[in-house]
Amino acid sequence: MRVSARNIAVSAGGRDAVRPSSLEAAEGQWISLVGPNGAGKTSLVEALAGVRRVTQGEVLVDGRDVHAMSERERAATVAFVPQHPLFPAGMSVIDYVALGRHARHGLWRGPSPEDHATVGHSLERVGISALANREIDSLSGGERQRAVIARALAQTTTFIVMDEPTNGLDVRHQVDILELVRREVVECGATVIATLHDLTLAGHFADTMMVMNEGRIVTQGTARDVAASTELRDAYGIEIMVVDVAGRDVWVPGRVTSS
Amino acid sequence: MGFSLLAVAAVSLWALATGPTPIAWTSIAHDILHLGPPRLTGINRFFINDLRAPRVVLGLLAGATLATAGATYQGVFRNPLADPYLLGVAAGAGLGATVALVGVNGWIAPAGAVTWFAFVGALSSVALTWLVGGRSRRSGGATLVLAGVAISSLFTSAQTFVQQSANSSSIARVYIWLLGSLAQASWSTVWRVTPYVVIALVVALASARALDVLAVGDVESRSLGLPVSRVRFIVIVASSLGTAAVVSAVGLIGFVGLIVPHLIRLVVGTSYRRIMPLAITSGAAFLVFADTIARTVISPSELPLGVVTALFGAPVFVILLWTRQGATT
Repeated sequence: MRVSARNIAVSAGGRDAVRPSSLEAAEGQWISLVGPNGAGKTSLVEALAGVRRVTQGEVLVDGRDVHAMSERERAATVAFVPQHPLFPAGMSVIDYVALGRHARHGLWRGPSPEDHATVGHSLERVGISALANREIDSLSGGERQRAVIARALAQTTTFIVMDEPTNGLDVRHQVDILELVRREVVECGATVIATLHDLTLAGHFADTMMVMNEGRIVTQGTARDVAASTELRDAYGIEIMVVDVAGRDVWVPGRVTSS
Repeated sequence: MGFSLLAVAAVSLWALATGPTPIAWTSIAHDILHLGPPRLTGINRFFINDLRAPRVVLGLLAGATLATAGATYQGVFRNPLADPYLLGVAAGAGLGATVALVGVNGWIAPAGAVTWFAFVGALSSVALTWLVGGRSRRSGGATLVLAGVAISSLFTSAQTFVQQSANSSSIARVYIWLLGSLAQASWSTVWRVTPYVVIALVVALASARALDVLAVGDVESRSLGLPVSRVRFIVIVASSLGTAAVVSAVGLIGFVGLIVPHLIRLVVGTSYRRIMPLAITSGAAFLVFADTIARTVISPSELPLGVVTALFGAPVFVILLWTRQGATT
């Protein structure tokens, strides 16, 4: 699905969290969004997902503005993986994943056989079918994050926005989750926009990498382009070396260059 | 669910049969189900039809409404301590009733106006709470809850002010009203509260799925397709109407709205699709049970209903809490 954000701006707590910015994502593309804390990454991706109001501009998904849609339509168009998902005490994993189908239910009509099948399939795709009846808050961090991804898959959208999907996971589970998303989402033709803090992982998975600083997208391109850019270093205020280790780029932080 | 419906029927029959003049429950059931020529005659028929039946029906309606309103508030604010009085219904109703019972500057409200004063007071305080805190987009309606606390204190202090200017006989009436009682129940009261109760219960049942989604927070709910602000507004309006109508008719009965939903949760888990129907039946059965105890223990006098709900509800809750915790850990 083609995603195009035109001149969107977001204001948060009286300040400009995102200054007018535009971005384009083609079908089946992965965009990694990086930048220092407070750069406006979360505001930008929440605006792209339609859960945060924009003060101007539009976010077109296949030509339709997500901010002009009803909540139900939007939930069937874009799935959102938040930075700090809430895990309700006592809710079973299968009920949690089934929340992804809420937008397809009527007021009185419950889940259809198709909804049940989609939920079951989503659990399978992320490999937690065996945990379906466990309580969500009893799972480990990695298992829970799989449940969050499964819920997003259950929305059966072709555009997924993720805010720090590897937040709080150990390095093995970070790679697990991102590979899972690449296999189950991008390779199925969906578009992914994800904020990430780990530059090596961000660069490894990205078709396009974008750097944000002070509410603006300051540079974008392939991981190699961004790795070579001064905007990346200016944004973080730190030296960053990119070294080739067995054919793979590893981004190594160096000396702090500004306070 | 079947079991809880059975409990409603059993408690209601027991309540109808119990009183200063015991009447065989078999005869009552026989007549309710129209199984043949009426068995109840004369004074017994009057006791059942005009005294006990309206009281039992009002108790069922009030219990169902308070329990579901408590459950919906707990869901919509994601706050386990939420009860139907959270947004100021109780304080507003208290002020309205006190003004009517005590009067202002020698002016006294006409007899029978107490419930209307209480109803208007209850709705005014919720409306004020919404005006103060309803526009905030803070997650989980936190501002609304705080506004409810502020407006409640405001109305309570106004109520205390009016009350302290009263003579001792009207203070006693205010006090009795505040404690809650079904003693004034009549068919006209039942008919008056029924429309609001129906609205509250239908909306509560219809919003069960939405409340399950809301458990993951405002932002995630929105991303999952839930119009959060609209849902919160509709649910609060409906619950407030139901609670205001019930409270204005029976006074401030505490505990039911807070504890009954938690009792149900301990048994069936946290999904509102399971909680809501059971809140209706369990709340109804519980309040009628408590009221029957209240009017029989020291008969012919009555215990305050609020005292009995807490006296019976709290130990049951504690026992369930212990046994369930033992079962899950």
